[in-house]
Amino acid sequence: MFRPRIIPVLLLKDLGLVKTKKFRNSRYIGDPINAVKIFNDLKADELIFLDIKANKENRKISLDFVRKVGSEANMPFAVGGGIKSVKDIKEIISAGAEKVVLNTFAFLKPNLIRDASQEFGSSTISVTMDIKNNFLYGKRVYIYSGKKPTNQKPIEYAQKLEELGAGEIIINSIDRDGMMSGYDIDLIKLISQNVSIPVVSSGGAGKLSHFYDAVNSGYASGVAAGSLFVYHGARNAVLINYPSREEVEELWKK
Amino acid sequence: MIVIVDYGMGNLGSVLKSIKKINSDVIISRSGEDILKAKKLVLPGVGNFSKGMENLNELNYIDILNDRVLKDKIPILGICLGMQLFASCSEEGGSLGLSWLDATVVRFHITDKMKWKVPHIGWNSIQIIKKNDSLLNGINNNDLFYFVHSYHMKCNDKLDILTSTNYDNTFVSSVSKGNICGTQFHPEKSHDNGFNIIKNFISI
Repeated sequence: MFRPRIIPVLLLKDLGLVKTKKFRNSRYIGDPINAVKIFNDLKADELIFLDIKANKENRKISLDFVRKVGSEANMPFAVGGGIKSVKDIKEIISAGAEKVVLNTFAFLKPNLIRDASQEFGSSTISVTMDIKNNFLYGKRVYIYSGKKPTNQKPIEYAQKLEELGAGEIIINSIDRDGMMSGYDIDLIKLISQNVSIPVVSSGGAGKLSHFYDAVNSGYASGVAAGSLFVYHGARNAVLINYPSREEVEELWKK
Repeated sequence: MIVIVDYGMGNLGSVLKSIKKINSDVIISRSGEDILKAKKLVLPGVGNFSKGMENLNELNYIDILNDRVLKDKIPILGICLGMQLFASCSEEGGSLGLSWLDATVVRFHITDKMKWKVPHIGWNSIQIIKKNDSLLNGINNNDLFYFVHSYHMKCNDKLDILTSTNYDNTFVSSVSKGNICGTQFHPEKSHDNGFNIIKNFISI
């Protein structure tokens, strides 16, 4: 039976692991390589690393870091942050990542998606759509780590990404980031209905049943979360965690 | 010496790492000479079928591989695209494959597009078709493996099918024929079950 992926999304800032709320207020969590070791033991399905300062500092995610993750991780992992050319992608793949995550430059240079998926296969190219509710225009795609709105509506943009050759779309709700109150299921469903490539839900997961909702009501092929996997308890103490095999089996059995 | 064939198709580091845990006598090939000296071969790969064949051709690896696999009969493990290249042709790009198996490679034909997305990315279970194959020592029905692909193999000779998997369609998830074996899934990324497959291949 096919089992949707449950994916920890780990944010990097100055090579430390952080967690944000609504893309702001980053809080230091710990050492990222240590987190990889823990997720190995917990047998996580897949990992995503995003360097949230790369774009601002006009660089891409550190290759040295990708190599370190590659030498530790027993599961597939994707990395993103400031990736803007086929050459960047080639370097990251050779450093050990299975996939790259494009965001700002997927929007600014759409041909990058086409060239990269032809060169590396579409399954290597994931694109995140950061989406925020704009009170004038409704839901819009944002770039530059959620700082800059574009004129793109989510469905149109998702269809464009598929047509260009993206292998997967990660839908990230900026308004729900770190809030742990559940995904934007309507948005995830709307996009899933309109593309034939896998959609991964991100932004808002606070408990395991939120994963079930994203898959069963939103038709997500994978579910991603940050806070849920780095915090524990009502006071949000830092504790790397991941559902056990039994919990996962129970979850999808419902 | 185990040689992982580098033909410019994807990340080989994870394959190298997982083999090294069991056997340190493993390298990533830099030349045809490495392949000539190999006791065992691994052909990994992610990406486009026709580009994969084109790269093997440009490196002049096809004759050497044919010699080692068909004449010397050394064990070879194909992973993902690597396994697909064992077929005679693919819908992806339309080029001919290595033709070691009587098989073709086709794209997923999905009936319910809402539910089943392509590429098939994620963990899925296997059903064992060919019992008692040493590649599957310690592996059971319903064990989970990690998949990433849009195309899959169709075997004309059913005896080549080692396991099958369901993703809207039932497809061939691993094959074996004498010294030739292949997995559509990524054993190097499939935690303990994948590690077992690698271990079994090394001890063949």
